[in-house]
Amino acid sequence: MAQQIFAYILHKDGVVDDSAQELIVAARKLDPEAAVTAVVGGAGEQLAQACQQAAAIYPEVWKIDNPALAYINAEVIRPMLARIIPAGAITLVPHEHFGMDLAPGLSIKLNAAYLPDVVGFEGVEGGRLRAVREEFSGQVSTHVNCDLSGGAVITVRPGAFQPQEGQAAGGQVVDKSGEAGAAEPRRRYLETVAAEVGDVDITKSEILVSVGRGIEDQDNLELIHELAEAVGGEVSCSRPIVDAKWLEKARQVGTSGQTVKPKVYLALGISGSFQHMGGIKGAPFMVAVNKNPKAPIFQAADVGVVADILEFVPELTEKIKESR
Amino acid sequence: MEILVCVKRVPDTAENEIAVNKAGTDIDRDDLVYSVNEWDNYAVEEAIQIRDKVGGTVTVVSVGDDEAEEVVRREMAMGADNGLLLCDDAFTGSDGKGLATILKAAVEKGNFDLILTGAQADDGAGQVGGMLAAMLDWPYASLVNLVEIIDDKKIKVGREIAGGNQEMNEMDLPCVLSIQTGINEPRYVGIRGIRKVASVEIPVKGAADLGLAADAAGKAGAKVDRLDYFVPELGEGAEMLEGSTEEIIEKLVEILKAKGGIK
Ligand SMILES: Cc1cc2nc3c(=O)[nH]c(=O)nc-3n(C[C@H](O)[C@H](O)[C@H](O)COP(=O)(O)OP(=O)(O)OC[C@H]3O[C@@H](n4cnc5c(N)ncnc54)[C@H](O)[C@@H]3O)c2cc1C
Repeated sequence: MAQQIFAYILHKDGVVDDSAQELIVAARKLDPEAAVTAVVGGAGEQLAQACQQAAAIYPEVWKIDNPALAYINAEVIRPMLARIIPAGAITLVPHEHFGMDLAPGLSIKLNAAYLPDVVGFEGVEGGRLRAVREEFSGQVSTHVNCDLSGGAVITVRPGAFQPQEGQAAGGQVVDKSGEAGAAEPRRRYLETVAAEVGDVDITKSEILVSVGRGIEDQDNLELIHELAEAVGGEVSCSRPIVDAKWLEKARQVGTSGQTVKPKVYLALGISGSFQHMGGIKGAPFMVAVNKNPKAPIFQAADVGVVADILEFVPELTEKIKESR
Repeated sequence: MEILVCVKRVPDTAENEIAVNKAGTDIDRDDLVYSVNEWDNYAVEEAIQIRDKVGGTVTVVSVGDDEAEEVVRREMAMGADNGLLLCDDAFTGSDGKGLATILKAAVEKGNFDLILTGAQADDGAGQVGGMLAAMLDWPYASLVNLVEIIDDKKIKVGREIAGGNQEMNEMDLPCVLSIQTGINEPRYVGIRGIRKVASVEIPVKGAADLGLAADAAGKAGAKVDRLDYFVPELGEGAEMLEGSTEEIIEKLVEILKAKGGIK
């Protein structure tokens, strides 16, 4: 196939993101023969550190050093990438908040196909890539065909490609800052506002009783609080509960919420979207209660119960109280 | 401020279990309940709040079949001023780029300062807003959870990033934003609101009206296309507890005690 593959590397405080390891696995899956080049944007010393780390994983690293990239801003780096990535190449980008900001527009600027949020690759035939995606929050999967003839920008779901044992790449760093050119940002970074800290720290809790949209109504939350009290755990939740302002943001588990590491996680009326699961680390013992037997959460859980939480939870709470 | 909001009619996942049809060509669409994409609802609410503060109009646009009219009407009942439906057989099978191409043609027929989309829809792609912005050569911000109008040239936006942190930016107008849930509380649409807009004419425009070539969108122009739907080969998954509720609860309490789930 001999298509060039680029991997966009995220980094913070001079440390490359886990996705740097995942993207090279994805690239090899896509084409075992391809030369894979890491692209790292940033400024100064932290960028230099990140490039060194990327060079331990990738045979070649392209560095874009520009003070305007001291805080990474997709609007600033997109035109730079469009200048240096050759026509027809494939660019892999992590499907998270920065990748979602960068990638769709980059595909237009490169006149390439756009293939978002891929969870698997199944080979290339006749210039067409066969990939696996999920729809409806993971309730169904699809195979998609992507025409690679004009290149492609592909975002890769975090965690979908497990990193392999480190093969030392000993890559070289090539400075592309000059070629990448200047930026005239029409979106200017101001500051980062840290998440509000609530009066409870769910990241420290060993038992989490976590509730999702299945609770249906704010008043029903009482049932969850009672169960949490009975087991001696804290109440956490999925995002829609916070969006509805039924619980404070500090209790949200997920990629845009808290990362938790409990011993036991009870997922009640939660479907198990990847953004929610992305906030659960350390493989807790997971119990899922959901009325849909096909809910994706049952794939991640250790023990599952198909039931209506509005009926099931009060009975469970009762039994736990009795058994004390 | 002239604001355009892009909305999509999607199966309501809160009301349905999504299953694959027998042939694997589509999801099972019999008896599905449809509604407006959750993220789009927040985008329309935001547009209405901006208009109420600084003046102007809100137009809601959808690419879809005749039935998409119902979601345009619903969002007008929320308080949008105008509706627009982009509908043509030639649009069938469009990929993200095709949809953005259709929307761009509509944008160029208007005089908009601000375009809002939902952060993503049922296919989880989150692509149309960013593509549309790049095609128009307007600045873009995704996952926006705060919008403040500074003047008629600039706005301030907050973007959601990891860990619930928020990235603040100043942006030039005109621009495109994709709106994240939680930015506001979308208002309730009552029967009165629906009645008020029930007889409003919603203009329908096709490829010719938009000046689009037959292969600009639709299946012919698509670089990405869906081959099938399937339910993945599942791993081990959970041990499902079965029996009467009483039996299940008894087992579960035992398990929770053993695993440290009861303090
Ligand atoms: C950029 C981005 C970041 C995000 N970050 C996060 C995040 O940090 N955390 C997060 O959680 N989400 C996040 N999301 C949202 C995520 O994609 C999902 O929309 C969300 O996790 C769904 O929450 P849920 O499982 O509670 O709701 P749903 O997906 O609606 O699932 C509800 C579940 O409850 C079940 N159910 C319904 N009624 C009952 C009942 N009576 N008894 C039992 N079961 C019932 C249903 O079968 C269903 O499985 C993010 C999305 C985006 C785009």
